[in-house]
Amino acid sequence: MPIVHEPVTSCEDSFGHPAPDVLALEVQGLHFTYPDGHVALRGISLQVRCGEKVALVGPNGAGKSTLLLHLNGLLNGGQGNIRVMGMPVIAPNLPLIRARVGLVFQNPDDQLFSPTVYEDVAFGPLHMGLPEEEVRRRVAYALTQVGMAQYADRLSYHLSMGEKKRVAIATVLSMHPDILVLDEPSAGLDPRARRGLINLLRALPITMLASTHDMLMVRDLFPRTVIMDEGRIVADGPTEELLEQRDLLEAHGLEKL
Amino acid sequence: MLEGLLDRYLNRASFVHDLDPRVKVVNAFLFILSVVLLPDGAWIAYFLGWCAILAVALLARVGAGFVLRGSLVAFPFALVAITLVFTLPGRPLLTLQLGTWELSASDAGLVRFTSILARSWLSVQAAILLTATTRSPDLLHALRHLRVPGLLVTILSFMIRYLYVLVDETTRLLRARQARSAWSAQGKGGGSLFWRARVAGNMTGQLFLRSLERSDRIYNAMLARGFRSQFVTINPHMMRRRDWVAGGLGICVLLLLQFVAHFVS
Amino acid sequence: MDTAMLSHIWKEVTTARMHIPDGFLSLPVALAFWVISAGLLAIAARRTQQQLGERQIPLMGVMAAFIFAAQMINFPVAGGTSGHLLGGVLAAIMLGPWAGMLVMACVIIVQGLLFQDGGLLVMGANIFNMGLLTAALGSLYHGLAGRQSKGVRLVVAGVLAWLSVIAGALFTALQLGFSGTSPFAIVVPAMLGVHVLIGIGEGLITMAALAFVMQVRPDLVSVEAVRAGGGRSWVVAGLLIALVVAVLSPIASADPDGLERVAIDMGFEEIAAAPPYEVLPDYVVPLLGETPVSTIAAGVLGVLVVAAVAIIVGRLLRQRAAIT
Ligand SMILES: Nc1ncnc2c1ncn2[C@@H]1O[C@H](COP(=O)(O)OP(=O)(O)OP(=O)(O)O)[C@@H](O)[C@H]1O
Ligand SMILES: [Mg+2]
Repeated sequence: MPIVHEPVTSCEDSFGHPAPDVLALEVQGLHFTYPDGHVALRGISLQVRCGEKVALVGPNGAGKSTLLLHLNGLLNGGQGNIRVMGMPVIAPNLPLIRARVGLVFQNPDDQLFSPTVYEDVAFGPLHMGLPEEEVRRRVAYALTQVGMAQYADRLSYHLSMGEKKRVAIATVLSMHPDILVLDEPSAGLDPRARRGLINLLRALPITMLASTHDMLMVRDLFPRTVIMDEGRIVADGPTEELLEQRDLLEAHGLEKL
Repeated sequence: MLEGLLDRYLNRASFVHDLDPRVKVVNAFLFILSVVLLPDGAWIAYFLGWCAILAVALLARVGAGFVLRGSLVAFPFALVAITLVFTLPGRPLLTLQLGTWELSASDAGLVRFTSILARSWLSVQAAILLTATTRSPDLLHALRHLRVPGLLVTILSFMIRYLYVLVDETTRLLRARQARSAWSAQGKGGGSLFWRARVAGNMTGQLFLRSLERSDRIYNAMLARGFRSQFVTINPHMMRRRDWVAGGLGICVLLLLQFVAHFVS
Repeated sequence: MDTAMLSHIWKEVTTARMHIPDGFLSLPVALAFWVISAGLLAIAARRTQQQLGERQIPLMGVMAAFIFAAQMINFPVAGGTSGHLLGGVLAAIMLGPWAGMLVMACVIIVQGLLFQDGGLLVMGANIFNMGLLTAALGSLYHGLAGRQSKGVRLVVAGVLAWLSVIAGALFTALQLGFSGTSPFAIVVPAMLGVHVLIGIGEGLITMAALAFVMQVRPDLVSVEAVRAGGGRSWVVAGLLIALVVAVLSPIASADPDGLERVAIDMGFEEIAAAPPYEVLPDYVVPLLGETPVSTIAAGVLGVLVVAAVAIIVGRLLRQRAAIT
């Protein structure tokens, strides 16, 4: 029998303590076909609990980005159900869901469309109609979390790749999401910036789902791993166990470390 | 977003696809010209024009439905012409009482309005057939042969080459904005009109700068590969006999349309 | 009709993209504007080739693609309507008037040729209304604002962008009127009324985009860059004025009272308001309420646009004279 969850409002219980048994994310039988007829998802089912940090791996074209875009309602129209914090991802809920799911795109240039770092991080809170001092507070909090507090007045256009990545994360942290969804967070970073990013993500006390090709980061950061291939989930389990299965990894275009 | 709008070319193996693009461009243009020249109320000629469209659509194996669906794009503009129904003098067909105003639809107005719609609808279908059966590089090649200034054609080829790249980039920017366009649990969000306009302007500015930089990179890459100010297509484009025949046949149909419109009935 | 089609119609009606389809203009009007546009484009091509080297070819191609893509960027205004960019003024400011004209012409050619957004036979008119006219207005920016403070420059750009949409709408309306597709008395005030509002979106986005570039890459829009790009803006402006006059005067003579009648002839007002405004309920209230006064205002706007352009050009010419 399926477990029925009351819609909850956050990953914290009423005392402000983490609530690890709450389902942050629930995907059931998700299918999706792009308008050109390409079938990208063929029945994805996935559950993520509050506080979990989950890696999503798989070869190019597996459908990882397609799945992540669904979590925020940016893609829809296929079969299947998605719930975020108990709330179905359907059109009327989208304005609220988008504050719950902080989606960080692979290319930070897509995410940063305002002239200054400050304005970009303030976009989400401003759109939510929050009062000005609350917006300022949130921007300061988000920038501090990613270690970019001194960069508030810089032009995002001139930042380095690693700095842009951090700011891109800050732009969704300022919305106080329950789940952070990242598409290839470590792609295109030099070793030092990558290390810094991993430390940053580890320190963030937030539920996390990240697609990546960076198996070292998976081992360091994510206790649980989901392997996708050709629009299906082919494995889901503790990272340590999955990373030991050479055949499984190689069958899906991944390498054993 | 624009997914449905891009890619109007339908890849089929057909006689029409195989024709020289010049013939298709000239015939499409002349067809539209001829349709526009048809007088109001030439219903038989309109019908024959539509038969011609259907015939080409079948021959090109694109299907009448495809053409029909696309042809609805001109519909919003019909709003502009509908006023004719009520303003042209003629025998009143129907009178509406709107408050103190009396609207009366005249027969002359109705004929003119439907004629405009019919001509527009036929023209749009001809244009759709042209793009559905001709790849854009071939279209440009035809333009070049038809003496459109080379600079313009070259700019057009660059434009089309990068159109999809930039549309993609824009879609991702819009997506990133949408992803963060949330409401707070208490109520509605959205910001002020000016703020929203500014965000859109910022995105436009971003896109502009990135396009500028991209064009620099492109130029360097072009130099590196010895580009000589023309894109070439694989198709040789020579007028064969069947191209001449098809072109001539098309023109005969157009003359027939004019004849029917002016001398029959 | 499916939802995609409905949303297309909605978008078409509520944006500044006034692409005329084939069949809505009479042959003489369509051909006349082909000739005008082709002539202007030929000049623009020669100028551009002289001023700018081979490097500019990919630049202009990418810029045309940029304008096409930027027209997708929208922002919600009210009641399901949204603001969009047309881009002529922006293109002229960034690239100079001639290159801006070429780029805008390419955008409209591709929209018509590849996407059936606007007809083929009427393409000359579409190029003129949305490309050449708007870029020509944008070219006034350099003369008017090149040396002013940042704020003034932005305001000038915004006002020009707003005017460009209105001017485009005015010409579209006039062409439709001359073609007998819609009575002047209806189409002129209706088009102007709608686009006076839609143009505000154009003005705002243009200002914001320019402000962004000024902030991030001030070198691109500095006085030096401006001087290199905007050499002959007054020629363009002169042409523009000549054309406006040339087109407006026949109306005045063919139609006893000319444009004033448009506003005064109240018998048509209600009809004029009906078809376009039912679709735009949000726009009815501010401009065309029940009062005749607001409708007269819409009609007179055509005259105002011409006057504004004349004043701007007059000032510009005086400035030039003072410099030389
Ligand atoms: N807009 C689109 N239209 C059509 N097909 C698409 C589109 N976007 C992606 N696809 C296709 O859907 C499939 C899944 O793509 P997706 O981007 O989700 O893969 P991915 O797992 O994120 O790959 P990568 O590791 O390369 O980022 C691919 O085969 C891709 O070609
Ligand atoms: Mg991906």
